[in-house]
Amino acid sequence: MRSSLIALGCGLGFALGLGLSGMVDPNRVLAFLDLAGDWEPNLMFVLGGAVGVYALGARKVLAWPRPWDGLRFQVPTRRSLDRRLLLGAAMFGVGWGLTGLCPGPALVNLAAAAADLWIFVTAMLTGMALFSVFNRFAPAR
Amino acid sequence: MPLQPLLASLAGGLLIGAASLGLLALSGRVAGVSGIIGGLLPPQRGDLDWRLAYFSGLLGGGLLWNAWFGLPTAMPASRPTLIVGGLLVGFGTRLGNGCTSGHGVCGLGRGSPRSLAAVLTFMGVAFLTVFLTRHILGGAS
Repeated sequence: MRSSLIALGCGLGFALGLGLSGMVDPNRVLAFLDLAGDWEPNLMFVLGGAVGVYALGARKVLAWPRPWDGLRFQVPTRRSLDRRLLLGAAMFGVGWGLTGLCPGPALVNLAAAAADLWIFVTAMLTGMALFSVFNRFAPAR
Repeated sequence: MPLQPLLASLAGGLLIGAASLGLLALSGRVAGVSGIIGGLLPPQRGDLDWRLAYFSGLLGGGLLWNAWFGLPTAMPASRPTLIVGGLLVGFGTRLGNGCTSGHGVCGLGRGSPRSLAAVLTFMGVAFLTVFLTRHILGGAS
């Protein structure tokens, strides 16, 4: 119950941050990604602000023995690169560049109930489910 | 480029960072949207509630933002492109273990080399994709 309330609140704050930052608008995301066009530096400010706060706070928080509600921190510790990481990131980059949509803003935008956006989200969730099938046959070593 | 949208981007970024840091400090979890949602496909027993709660928070935030300021409804891509892009974003973020939030905000904020490599890859590929679709192949995709 408590973990769900925390997740609800953090998801809500995250969504409002996406709204305020302008990241919910795929046109503005594409304006950032279009270096050769009428370039907008907006995303540098979004990412700079978000990473800055997180970096400052995470340094302190991860020194705690455990999170406020939970037995341990569930944070990835692997540091080495592999083909899956880079190939997956590249696939994501193509999709992001084609549409201006990444998972967070896409899900927040569901609230406007626009048909085109629902088509994107359905395809995105299908892609995620296809990965689960793929991963069952070819699990990461 | 007027200053005000950039300040909103920065403020939104700070809020995104704070909400993500909140999930780490309170629950010990990484606020990665593709991982949280992808973990529901397929659903695992005992690991469902907080994921659905986070998703509800995203939707709730979207509903509030839509009521106050409006969310975009016109997507900058055709329906076939939205489907292809959605599949790539869904599969790619799962294969690469993260998207703009998990790798971009949380991973960079923790100084993870894997996340840095992922962010450089998906940003670089997205820049290239937009350049090709807008300036080489011409017109909106």
